[in-house]
Amino acid sequence: MKNKVTELQVSAISNGTVIDHISSENTFRVFQILNLERSKDQVYVGTNLDSKKLGKKGIIKISGRFFKPDEISKIALAAPQATLIEIRDYEITKKEKVVLPDSVEKVVKCYNPKCITNHQDIPTKFNIIKDHHGRTKLACHYCEKTMAQEDIIFV
Amino acid sequence: MSQLKNRSLVSITDYSKDEILKVLEIAADFERDPRQPILQSHVVASLFFEPSTRTRLSFESAVQYLGGSIVGFASSDSSSVQKGESLKDTILTVSNYSDLIVMRNPLDGSARYASEVSPVPVINAGDGANQHPTQCLLDLYSIQKTQGTLDNIHIAMVGDLKYGRTVHSLVQAMSLFNATFHLVSPESLKLPSAVKRWIKEAGLEYYQYTDLNEVIPLADIIYMTRIQRERFPDPLEYEAVKNAYILENSMLSNSKDNMKVLHPLPRVNEISTDVDDNPKAYYFQQAQNGVYVRQALIAAILGLKQ
Repeated sequence: MKNKVTELQVSAISNGTVIDHISSENTFRVFQILNLERSKDQVYVGTNLDSKKLGKKGIIKISGRFFKPDEISKIALAAPQATLIEIRDYEITKKEKVVLPDSVEKVVKCYNPKCITNHQDIPTKFNIIKDHHGRTKLACHYCEKTMAQEDIIFV
Repeated sequence: MSQLKNRSLVSITDYSKDEILKVLEIAADFERDPRQPILQSHVVASLFFEPSTRTRLSFESAVQYLGGSIVGFASSDSSSVQKGESLKDTILTVSNYSDLIVMRNPLDGSARYASEVSPVPVINAGDGANQHPTQCLLDLYSIQKTQGTLDNIHIAMVGDLKYGRTVHSLVQAMSLFNATFHLVSPESLKLPSAVKRWIKEAGLEYYQYTDLNEVIPLADIIYMTRIQRERFPDPLEYEAVKNAYILENSMLSNSKDNMKVLHPLPRVNEISTDVDDNPKAYYFQQAQNGVYVRQALIAAILGLKQ
């Protein structure tokens, strides 16, 4: 019985990407930033699934899709503990934790309404830093304001 | 000095301690002899997208004392910005007509952006609430001149320590010189924790107060600031603190002999006019030092002074 439930939680895909270990509250955020509502591919979304690591977790499986570095940066910002699993012909060909880059360009909007990037057609640029509590912060290359991860608005 | 040649100045942290000291050394030379016609045949663009009195006039007089010419505008009403021109287009166009651009713009980050698109160096004369490095340099010059050194100064900073950009830059710069910081502000306008962290990371000490009288006998420099109405998101918050600190002449009786009162100006009522005649009042000379410091920067960036 238990095996059957596990199967229902995550049905296998032949080719594509599984985003695993998303903290439950961020599952739909990841869904949104990857524009999956417009996807023509098969997408499976699970949330509040039991997880040994996180207690509860979310998982997204996208058939036929492999992510580019700027998309992986977005996933890492929205769900820093996520794991990306690439599957080709039912085989796992790559499995790795997402890694926050040192900087991101054209991915995030500056939260400072007076920042030049919110007034002119200028690609945004942020350095990703840690504050003294070890929390991730984004520092705008232009206006120098720093914002917390929860304030992120994706472009 | 060649390391300052052709380099933009956007934030005081763009300069090392040695580079700051070099600018101040050249400024002292201009104070001794302000009319040195080394800028003849040079054109400086002065682009002020928002009004300014001290900064714009002191830059323009700095250029003129050096024999240079100025092109530009004093408000965005008289520029193509009114027609919807982007900052990039304005900068690229003006760089064809000038050797150096001095820019004030109300948007945060506009100076960094301008410095990246401009083929000629850009001096930031204030980008919104973000940076105003030439004010910081003239503050440092004034401290060095009145105290004989920048090292080991006890500096009291008073008023709006939360929104005041000149305070944040001065804290960063004075952290290079082993300063001790006495921070006087209402609870709601305390120095942001990120700025306090720079002090700690430099291995230095700061002390926080709400009573101005406590710091007067301790300070070598009292740096007064205006509580700026325009920086407050909530007008009620402004009303609650606008008259929090008013420095009066009678309060200075127990101050140190070497103490000087500085203020980036304009002042509203935070320094009573009866302080103006006290020899410890230094804010008008401080504004005059702005000309020498800006002469030094222009000359260094154009490679005319080593």
